Amino acid sequence: MDGPILLEADHIRKEFGGIVALDDVSLRAQERQILALIGPNGAGKTTLLNIIAGTIAPTRGQVRFKGKRLAGRPPYERVRLGIARTFQQAHVFAQMTVLENVMMGCHIRGESRPLDAALRLRRARLEEEDILLDALRTLNLVGLGSRAEQLAGDLPFGQQRLVAIARALASDPTLILLDEPAAGLNRLEKNDLVDLIRRIREMGITIILVEHDMQLVMQLADWVVVLDHGRRLAQGTPAEIRRNRAVIAAYLGAEEA
Amino acid sequence: MSLSSRFWREKAHRNAYGLLVLGALVALLPVFLRTPYALSTMVLIGIDTLITVGLCLLMGYAGQISLGQAAFFGLGAYGSAILTTRFGWSPWPALIGAAAITAGVAYFIGIPVFRLSGHYLAMGTLAFGSIVHIALTEWKAYTGGPTGLPGIPRLHIAGVPLKSDLAYYYLVWAFALGGILIALNLVDSRFGRALRAIRDSQVAAESVGVDAGRYKLQALVISALYASVAGSLYAHYLIFVNPQISSLDASIRVLLMAAVGGLASIWGAPLGATVVTLLTLALREVVPLISGYGSGEHQIIAYGILLIVIMIFMPQGVTVAAARAWNRFGGWPALRGRLWRWRGGR
Repeated sequence: MDGPILLEADHIRKEFGGIVALDDVSLRAQERQILALIGPNGAGKTTLLNIIAGTIAPTRGQVRFKGKRLAGRPPYERVRLGIARTFQQAHVFAQMTVLENVMMGCHIRGESRPLDAALRLRRARLEEEDILLDALRTLNLVGLGSRAEQLAGDLPFGQQRLVAIARALASDPTLILLDEPAAGLNRLEKNDLVDLIRRIREMGITIILVEHDMQLVMQLADWVVVLDHGRRLAQGTPAEIRRNRAVIAAYLGAEEA
Repeated sequence: MSLSSRFWREKAHRNAYGLLVLGALVALLPVFLRTPYALSTMVLIGIDTLITVGLCLLMGYAGQISLGQAAFFGLGAYGSAILTTRFGWSPWPALIGAAAITAGVAYFIGIPVFRLSGHYLAMGTLAFGSIVHIALTEWKAYTGGPTGLPGIPRLHIAGVPLKSDLAYYYLVWAFALGGILIALNLVDSRFGRALRAIRDSQVAAESVGVDAGRYKLQALVISALYASVAGSLYAHYLIFVNPQISSLDASIRVLLMAAVGGLASIWGAPLGATVVTLLTLALREVVPLISGYGSGEHQIIAYGILLIVIMIFMPQGVTVAAARAWNRFGGWPALRGRLWRWRGGR
């Protein structure tokens, strides 16, 4: 399956002080692909995700999105280009309602400025109504419609994750980066998550997924990239990765050796 | 009716009722409290409300601590004073000019401060506050030095000078209510939502496209505008200013008013301003009885203690704590029930 390339990361290297977190890692995500980034703890998966999202800058290497170089663009500009993300720690806006959290996802589509708001101009009010309806729709998509008026910080952790996914979706992205969305979820919640991620793909959105749950990765991913100690150990379809000896060795470690 | 418009109407109604109640209270109070002393105290509370609303926006919503609100207040007051007495401007243009200058100053302080993360604004505004205080004290040619600047003209409306305390009372509270209305609108908007998002998680706010530095800067400038207008009103009311109004003590007083009212509560601002003002007046009466000295230093100690107590026991302010207690009690039905039983028992 060869579709047009949406995102390319070329020869990424990242050093923190003297420690090399990523060493010459490249990956390509095609449009409408679910790409899983796997590897043992400390392999550099989240670091790579952060570099794509713009939270940290690579020491060397380039990230291109829709053919455009992303270097020097902060995260808040990358969202406008179509890169949305979630975090391992959910990072919901705890003191805001679930609905307001998702409305924040629509932030980049609004244009009203403080002065419009201060004087409650018609323009600002119409925009708010638009954003509100969009947010409600997105909230229903992740199945949290009934929680709209609750404070996000009061929800159980699994649902906070869903709020974060809804918030990311609300920005109408072409690429969404999910950092361990299944961690801490029970089997039932994981099944719902698999459904949700498939529905996101059906919306035409490309997904890059960092995940530890192998079963979930094998179920979902079109393409798997395996990192180990900051290097790319292997890449391929789930079936290929399952048979790859280097990957098996890295995961099972000493027992195999 | 669609869900969204119902949602907005409910919010708008709540705010409108609140303003109506507060407005009625403000309109009627002078009927009962008509001594010059009470009236001038209420004028000053109105001015304090205005500056506190600005700090609530910055601290309660954007989560940024400012220890320099009194300096912005001082710039507004001295801006009006200097433009009218030394340059012959009329009071209203001077108020606007002073506000523009103060906003510009806030903007230039904010640029370097918001490049840094963490609570650098507190330190930056602290330093800025002392600079303003020293400048107002030392730059005698314009400010009149430590003894202050007298002879500031009174405000006019339609050519009629405002002479009585009552006229100033209504004018100042019109500004305070307008300031509250604008703040409520801001909080309920895309802008206010972004500020709260930054307060809850800056990294997440940036991930949805909020340029956090720019929003914090805008919040600082808005809070400085509130402080500056409050300062101008103060100058034209007392027709005299001195550098004490821009001291660190004065900034801490504003902080205390915001904390008492509840940082993230615009409605708490008038309450915070009232409580702290009454407390200050009470201290002025009580402290000399105990120590036999004046109350300057004791006042700041009392503020400090009060601030600590509030932060420990009522971190969301007195308004929120009172609302919680009221709900625990059972609200109106419980009160009605008690009253009924009390009367029945007799």
